[in-house]
Amino acid sequence: MSKGPLLAATLAGITVALVVIGTLWPVPSAAAYAGAGTMLHSSSTPEEAAATLGNDIRTQTWDKAYASFANKAEFTEPEFVHDLTGYYPSLLTYTTLDKFEVRSLHASSNDAEMQLTLHWATVVGSSASTRDLHLVRNGDHWEPVWPIVKQQEVPPQVIPVNYLRWDVIYRGPGDDWGAQDVEAPHVRIVDMHPVERADGVVILGELLNEDVVPAYVSVTATLLSKNQSTIGTEGSFDKISHLLLPKQVTPFLIRFPNVALSDVGSIRMTPLSALIAASADPVIEIGSEQLHPNPGASLTGQLINQSGQIVNVAHVLGTFYDKSGKVVWVADQYVDQALLPQMPVPFEIHIPEDLARNISTERTVVATYSSGSAL
Amino acid sequence: MSLPKFVEAGNAFSIQSAGSGRSTLYFIGPGQVLKRDVQLGQTVFFPAGSLYNAGHYLVVLAGDSSTESEAFDVLPATRPADLSFLARPSRLPVSLHNGITGAVYVFDAYHNLITIPAQVSFELTTPSGTVQKHIVATRDGAAWTVMDSTAQQGMDKFEARIGEILSARVVAQVPGDPCGLKMNATQSGQGLQLKTDPVRDCNGNAVPDGTIVTFTEAYEGGQTTVDVPLKRGIAEVGMASHNGAIISVASGVVLGNQIRWEK
Repeated sequence: MSKGPLLAATLAGITVALVVIGTLWPVPSAAAYAGAGTMLHSSSTPEEAAATLGNDIRTQTWDKAYASFANKAEFTEPEFVHDLTGYYPSLLTYTTLDKFEVRSLHASSNDAEMQLTLHWATVVGSSASTRDLHLVRNGDHWEPVWPIVKQQEVPPQVIPVNYLRWDVIYRGPGDDWGAQDVEAPHVRIVDMHPVERADGVVILGELLNEDVVPAYVSVTATLLSKNQSTIGTEGSFDKISHLLLPKQVTPFLIRFPNVALSDVGSIRMTPLSALIAASADPVIEIGSEQLHPNPGASLTGQLINQSGQIVNVAHVLGTFYDKSGKVVWVADQYVDQALLPQMPVPFEIHIPEDLARNISTERTVVATYSSGSAL
Repeated sequence: MSLPKFVEAGNAFSIQSAGSGRSTLYFIGPGQVLKRDVQLGQTVFFPAGSLYNAGHYLVVLAGDSSTESEAFDVLPATRPADLSFLARPSRLPVSLHNGITGAVYVFDAYHNLITIPAQVSFELTTPSGTVQKHIVATRDGAAWTVMDSTAQQGMDKFEARIGEILSARVVAQVPGDPCGLKMNATQSGQGLQLKTDPVRDCNGNAVPDGTIVTFTEAYEGGQTTVDVPLKRGIAEVGMASHNGAIISVASGVVLGNQIRWEK
């Protein structure tokens, strides 16, 4: 006799029993993730109060988080929410908090300083932001003082914009096969070389739009072994500025995980370009660029939107050169807040420590995305 | 049956059959099949336009008691009626040797490729009136040529002609890389105003608006960079003023002058 029906009935019974147990007596963490409550309810210590706040932010129980603040008279609940998720649509608008960390900086019997690091899960990967929290004792519990950063106001004004815009009309479907079509933009790789890293081979380089029209660009690379067989093909994905205006240069970086440079005989590069409707606006100034040495090598600076259009997402790409002008690394960062006209927004791009000592100069470019525009 | 050795596409022709009784005549060729009921022993006439696709045809005469088959060719008409003209590229920089290619395929009125040699005249006319003219004989129905782009930007007219048949394309000659890129710096309030001279290529053509010019200001402990598109032929930007700053300008891979700024 087959034992299948007996096994199926047993599994079904166990499943039903576990569902009932889980519903009637859920573990606190599961209930918290389901939005039914929080893992931490106590605020009897500064650490617990900060962790409760982090948990409220993660579950987006804004009212509870706002109610816990000692300084809530200084701002409204919507201002607190906008402080975290942005006043204008930006990278943080559609994100959730993946996790948070609380680190104690100082504590006494009546007040404490905590560092709250928020790890947001955005569409382009993880984005971390840090807030230094001051906490004060109020009777038997602790209350955080939220370091509100209020949105800077852009004065009402009219900014005339008359930068060039390009539109494209391709040939029609009824045209003869010999009829002309618009030419794809001419682009050229002006620098390229492979670098061996611990996790594989990385191709670094720069791409120039040498045409007089804007180009949508990407680069793919194929690694060939010494006997000319294909090891793998990878693209630059988002480690490139995809929109290049005439005579603009973008760096690119292509990763080949788990490949040793000694196995590579040659590299075949394929730059791709297509015509795209684009605007020469907005112009972004990259100011106060500074290279910081080890430890924690980085490039910092600030972006200033010189146009009137709000930039929702800015992608900063840094190209790092050695003394001879050779590209030694390409790194990037997405800025998680919108760029308002003339309002400086800081950025920080981290540089691998082993490469930092070779870096002499850098060049930074910004790719921007505005809601309602083509690119 | 008695067939001609070949027929020119679209021309009238006739077939003589032998015997008596009724039969069916089939023409089977590339892209075309023709069926006709015939009276054996009579001449069958086919009016102009009956067979128009050039190629090798199989002719089958199928009767009640016997089937006969033969082959013959339909040749393209000798008189050109249409040109397919491929001009590449549609846009290129000025002063490029052999930068423009033109290829022509010659067709008859029924769009059959005419393989007998014919003289094709290629003519490239620039806005200044300069004309480059090449006459090339077709080979297997095609002819091609290469031309140089000239020093002056503008829209060229590129024509291919056989007799009265003409096909025209437009080729845009665009300025090359900026040449002698030069900027000036002036104090503007607390800041610095940077402005290029009108940007031109090495042939004196104005570089088009929208071209990116990069201004870089390197100062003690920092650097500022702005990518500015050309507007009305010049690039202009305001930057913070730093005493002793080195300011440079570039466009693509072309470097311009450098200024050391002293307040």
